[in-house]
Amino acid sequence: MWSIIAYRAGFSSHIDFTSQQEAVLLNIRLPRVVLGVLVGSTLAIAGSALQGLFRNPLAEPGLIGISSGASLFAVMIIVLEHRFFSFLTSAFGYHALAIAAFMGACITTFAVYRLAVGNGKADITTLLLAGIAINALAGSFTGLLTYMSTDEQLRNITFWTLGSLGGASWKTVTGILPFVSVSLAALPFFSKALNALALGESQAGHMGIHVSLLKKFIIVLATLGVGASVAVSGMIGFIGLVIPHILRMAFSADHRLVVPGAALLGAAVLVLADVIARTIFAPAELPIGILTAIIGSPVFIYIILAERRRRGIGK
Amino acid sequence: MIEVKDIHYSAGSAKLVDGISFHVRPGELLAIIGANGAGKSTLLKLLCKEIQASAGEILIRKQPIGEYKLANLAKFRSVLAQSNTLSLSFKVHELVMMGRYPHFDNQPQDDDLRIVKAVMDETGISEFANRDYNTLSGGEQQRVQLARVIAQIYDQPEGILFLDEPTNGLDLLYQQQILVLARSLANRGYCVVSILHDINFAARYADNILILKKGKRIAFGHPRDVITQENIHQAFNIQVRLLHDDAFNCPLVIPAVMVSEHV
Repeated sequence: MWSIIAYRAGFSSHIDFTSQQEAVLLNIRLPRVVLGVLVGSTLAIAGSALQGLFRNPLAEPGLIGISSGASLFAVMIIVLEHRFFSFLTSAFGYHALAIAAFMGACITTFAVYRLAVGNGKADITTLLLAGIAINALAGSFTGLLTYMSTDEQLRNITFWTLGSLGGASWKTVTGILPFVSVSLAALPFFSKALNALALGESQAGHMGIHVSLLKKFIIVLATLGVGASVAVSGMIGFIGLVIPHILRMAFSADHRLVVPGAALLGAAVLVLADVIARTIFAPAELPIGILTAIIGSPVFIYIILAERRRRGIGK
Repeated sequence: MIEVKDIHYSAGSAKLVDGISFHVRPGELLAIIGANGAGKSTLLKLLCKEIQASAGEILIRKQPIGEYKLANLAKFRSVLAQSNTLSLSFKVHELVMMGRYPHFDNQPQDDDLRIVKAVMDETGISEFANRDYNTLSGGEQQRVQLARVIAQIYDQPEGILFLDEPTNGLDLLYQQQILVLARSLANRGYCVVSILHDINFAARYADNILILKKGKRIAFGHPRDVITQENIHQAFNIQVRLLHDDAFNCPLVIPAVMVSEHV
């Protein structure tokens, strides 16, 4: 592998690899690692920003309908494709599923936000309740479609729901790059405002922060990034929830550290998890969502216990 | 300098603030008193630009409050709210530094660090600067929050400070400490406006007192002139006796028999 990199980078003119090896590295492995970096960092950064916005450490991108909307539309494509959506697949081919999932994420989040807005302000509690309601509604339709599906479709649905980076190619990477790079680049700029928001909405206002504008920005940025990520990799759980917690536990709750840090750690963890997912049952591949949940849940439980000890509640 | 001219605010058909006027000059401490539901908190929200008056005018430094952006207002005006919960666990010094947020972009400057340290010393919270805010007692938390809002306007000559019942839930010593601090800030040239419950504390430390009842102004002026049996009875619906003490610049208020006890 190093010899291919050295050759490509111009460090070495020595060729001791086959062209097949080179193709595998450049067209299969490398895009997969890049996709892992993009998806992992986006899920984690969006999770940290939403936890700050909702003033709740249990918030994650799924809360405002991003995941449920994406899966409803993805399942719709899988199950109803032959009957209703053949025009989509003929127009976009293999990417129809991703495009539909992205649209679904945006539509449901928009619906959740519209429900919660009154007088131009979105109340966080209403936002949470609207999220629960819309998630339930989307979930029920997804259930209905799952019920209607054939055995093969059911298998596709299951695999999509469990998440995978298996669809990685340079095309998927460039497809999501504009969306995820916007959220990755912009979200760290809201760190200071998110810190102030920990004091409460009116307190943040007294400190000069335009809270309703902040909410709009964070929700739009999280939806763009996570929607695009979910569209190409399915549902990968726990990254958005656990990564910000690990950083807060290890360092500090300061969003100026947690938000950019979440992007780095999220990328590292997801790429590592993908390596394990690919190799543990090789040549078969474990869906990565299973793995992140298997690693994520015990870590989360550990965090809860450690937090309890630290606060002395367990005494 | 704050000037409030005949402001009104209603929620639905209820007139929460009904034609109130007053002014606070730099170096003055104004205490707002009144029974529950008198409109004190609504008035404070109007002064903070959290809500907009339906009629009337609020001038901050001779400029209508509507013309200020929140970010500009935050540079010279800070607010201590009544309840302060923190959703994440920040250290005390990090929380006080939040007061400096309106003044720097991403990383605090030398000035900000210096101010945070000075304010923590002045408010006596330096000893727990590195503790987690959520592990402090109620009185300590209130002092940390006060330090935060002072830090916000520390370097602003004639800054404005709004306090919403800053002594709530504190024991006598802390109540006094906080009011002494508010008084010394006013002496330094700040405009301080505080909602208070204790009439005697208000009379002891304030330059002017504004008495409210059901959104209307009952009296506004020097404690000596406004602390009268009639005004207190009207505002709180209690009978009081006034005691004169030489060490005190205005009469002490002591509850007498309640009206309802006669019935």
